[in-house]
Amino acid sequence: MNAPHHDPDYNFAYLDEQTKRMIRRAILKGIAVPGYQVPFASREMPMPYGWGTGGVQVTAACLVPEDRLKVIDQGADDTTNAVSIRRFFQRTAGVAATEKTTEASVIQTRHRIPETPLTEGQILVYQVPIPEPLRFLEPRESETRRMHALADYGLMHVKLYEDIARHGAIATAYAYPVEVEGRYVMDPSPIPKFDNPKLGDNPAIQLFGAGREQRIYALPPYTAVRSLDFEDYPFDPSKADHDCDLCGASGSYLDEVITDDQGSRMFVCSDTDYCETRRDAGHRGRFSPPEVQA
Amino acid sequence: MKDMQPHTPAHAPDGPLLRVEGLSKHYGARIGCADVSFDLWPGEVLGIVGESGSGKSTLLSCLAGHLTPDAGQVIFETRGGPRDTVQMAEPERRLLGRTDWAFVHQNPRDGLRMGVSAGGNVGERLMAVGARNYGAIRETATDWLGRVEIDAARIDDRPRQFSGGMQQRLQIARNLVTGPRLVFMDEPTGGLDVSVQARLLDLLRGLVRDMGLAVIIVTHDLAVARLLAHRLMVMKDGRVIEHGLTDQVLDDPQAAYTQLLVSSVLQV
Amino acid sequence: MYVAVKGGERAIEAAHDWLAEERRGNPEVPELSIAQIREQMALAVNRVMAEGSLYDPDLAALAIKQARGDLIEAVFLIRAYRTTLPRFGGSVPVDTDKMALTRRISATFKDAPGGQVLGPTFDYTHRLLDFKLMAEGETPQAQTRDSAPEPAPHILHLLDRDGLMEPQPRHDTAPPALTRAPLELPATRPLRLQALTRGDEGFVLSMAYSTQRGYGRTHAFVGELRIGTVAVEMDIPELGFAVEIGEIELTECETVNQFTGSKTEPPQFTRGYGLVFGQSERKAISMSLVDRALRWKELGEEDTGAPAQDEEFVLYHCDNIQATGFLEHIKLPHYVDFQSELELIRRLRREAMTAHQEAAE
Repeated sequence: MNAPHHDPDYNFAYLDEQTKRMIRRAILKGIAVPGYQVPFASREMPMPYGWGTGGVQVTAACLVPEDRLKVIDQGADDTTNAVSIRRFFQRTAGVAATEKTTEASVIQTRHRIPETPLTEGQILVYQVPIPEPLRFLEPRESETRRMHALADYGLMHVKLYEDIARHGAIATAYAYPVEVEGRYVMDPSPIPKFDNPKLGDNPAIQLFGAGREQRIYALPPYTAVRSLDFEDYPFDPSKADHDCDLCGASGSYLDEVITDDQGSRMFVCSDTDYCETRRDAGHRGRFSPPEVQA
Repeated sequence: MKDMQPHTPAHAPDGPLLRVEGLSKHYGARIGCADVSFDLWPGEVLGIVGESGSGKSTLLSCLAGHLTPDAGQVIFETRGGPRDTVQMAEPERRLLGRTDWAFVHQNPRDGLRMGVSAGGNVGERLMAVGARNYGAIRETATDWLGRVEIDAARIDDRPRQFSGGMQQRLQIARNLVTGPRLVFMDEPTGGLDVSVQARLLDLLRGLVRDMGLAVIIVTHDLAVARLLAHRLMVMKDGRVIEHGLTDQVLDDPQAAYTQLLVSSVLQV
Repeated sequence: MYVAVKGGERAIEAAHDWLAEERRGNPEVPELSIAQIREQMALAVNRVMAEGSLYDPDLAALAIKQARGDLIEAVFLIRAYRTTLPRFGGSVPVDTDKMALTRRISATFKDAPGGQVLGPTFDYTHRLLDFKLMAEGETPQAQTRDSAPEPAPHILHLLDRDGLMEPQPRHDTAPPALTRAPLELPATRPLRLQALTRGDEGFVLSMAYSTQRGYGRTHAFVGELRIGTVAVEMDIPELGFAVEIGEIELTECETVNQFTGSKTEPPQFTRGYGLVFGQSERKAISMSLVDRALRWKELGEEDTGAPAQDEEFVLYHCDNIQATGFLEHIKLPHYVDFQSELELIRRLRREAMTAHQEAAE
């Protein structure tokens, strides 16, 4: 799936060099102030707002011809939007593509952090629909910016308090808010809360791009990230209480698949590369085909 | 959580809690308030009275930092010594607004989060200053609902389901939960039925006394002023025209305007 | 046996092929040419140019063809193309006083220098389907007039001269560029107008309509509506003067709005302004009403909480490309998030049921 050259009708990685420089400045500012949402002049991309235009612009600003790009959506390389974005960069940047987390230098993702631990030098780019963790508590951008500036986060905890009062637990399952380096409260994009522990102390650079909302933010390597909680209701990164039915993994995030109209279901790794790598290494799950098929 | 409990009445103060000097605010050519100066001592309740448009609400907003005055100082005795709050940076002033200061609005909708439960409303200030134990926050909230005579069983109900008087009591609990030393009140009984007002005033008087709160209360209702305030300032056209002990001002008004104000009320 | 879902790549290709076939429709029906769309669907072309922020009738016509007549999709194609174009610089402000008029009406004066020109309007047509158009071949011919058009100065200038209009001092500072810098609030009026002129016609129309029904009422009259072509000039630094680089068609609307004055200022009329590419008069009038409603703060009016007075609300929601992208993204897979919710709701239900059982025992 490697394309050696990029389409000569477009500048490398689609955006013009001025725009890429502008985005890089925003990225550097974001890295310098972890968790702070940097406004940037998001460009109109040839894909719809809300479909990863922020992530695509950040990736475009980071890519060099030697890069090896992996694109995932819901943890999988073969979901349609991941395919579409990967093809966009193969055409406009001519970079090599890969499905292997370990081989990728830049990974663009929607809704997941790969199971395989990232390493120094890798860049993980998140697509972000709503960058503002306070948005559904306070719809006004002018007011939420003031709240961040003054670290006025009481309201965020009121939301968690209300959850516990009503449901007996913090009822946020994804886009679970985090506090970065004891300062900014940040939306980690709609990853399941299961992935939250991977945000902190991560050797890779993590960049977050929100195109429609015109914001970029970042976590430099080894940043302290804490999921918001209460002492007596600690953060709980739960997942389905199953093992993967294909590779037997017990510690990976699982998709639930309905297999017939009788309510039968199976659970499989959401991270397709992780699952395949394990199966290739001989791991087996409950519904694995017999050995002959391996 | 224990230090969030109300203080016992303040010990012998060394000086005023708040010193206001030469405070002025103009709206274009119009005077909001002009050259207002006074001291407020710990545990003291100061009433500001006057007709609507007299500048009392502008003055209160300037004192509480909601409006920036054009001139003057508002020096508050913070835990770290006296500070001019007009010159304070916004983050510091906001912190003060969630700790040592409190503001009770006339309309509870302005002071409450109507979509958040009663417990969440009371707990917000605690969480804003770092409380992170759900059980303790809830316990404190339950305790405060009791103090403002709201049934603990209503803790998970939203203020929308409360009567006007209950909403106002909830707003008071939400403000007092962090044990502030200075409370600003803007017509706290305005808009309530007379019988509801009486109960609220009674409650306020008890809380002010028990907690040793210093209070600046704006009201156009002289009966409210007489019941709560130790001292009164009478305002007209943005200026303080009379200032003294409450009984003195109400029983023996000196300024002609005050005489008019007092007589018009007494005839009702 | 379960096989992990694969084949996204193949599915996308097949979908694209199918789309192309559907776009062409029945091959026995002649294909539309770009020129046909440009000439005979001119108002659609205008709308795509206005909301796409790119004045190019041929490309707009192409976008309409490619988008199968979905105008928002066409606007999207134009926007995505526009963003790849280099920026040479800004033009000199166009002079709408010198517009070559095709239409010019005022609702505030019966007559004015330059006269009222109805122009090619639907206004007084009876909306009866014209079945003759189902047949082909007719080429209608309009009457023409020989006399050279008289100069038609802006009608609001005439009121201006009497001091009845709020003054509008000329600014020579370059306005902020909405597509080059992130939107930051509070926005200046030039920025608001930029957002409105490329805003969705339906959204701006509804906002304007809401002000007429009392949600932020501004008592607007159409002081003047003019449609015509203007010259676009650009300063060429090497030459030291401005040269004409082309001509564009514009619709301009100026409203006259009631203003009661204040203690310090005598009563004056205030303005709302709309300027849109092409013949787009519904949009231009709507824009001027919304512009005027958004000026409440500057004019010392009351904030009634009306949506059309709320700058943040209007500016963040008027762009149909942003809106449609975000709206439609919810059809992308969300099964990871949904799974997380599923786990949580199962656990909460389990706990709630256990609690009930314990209470019952």
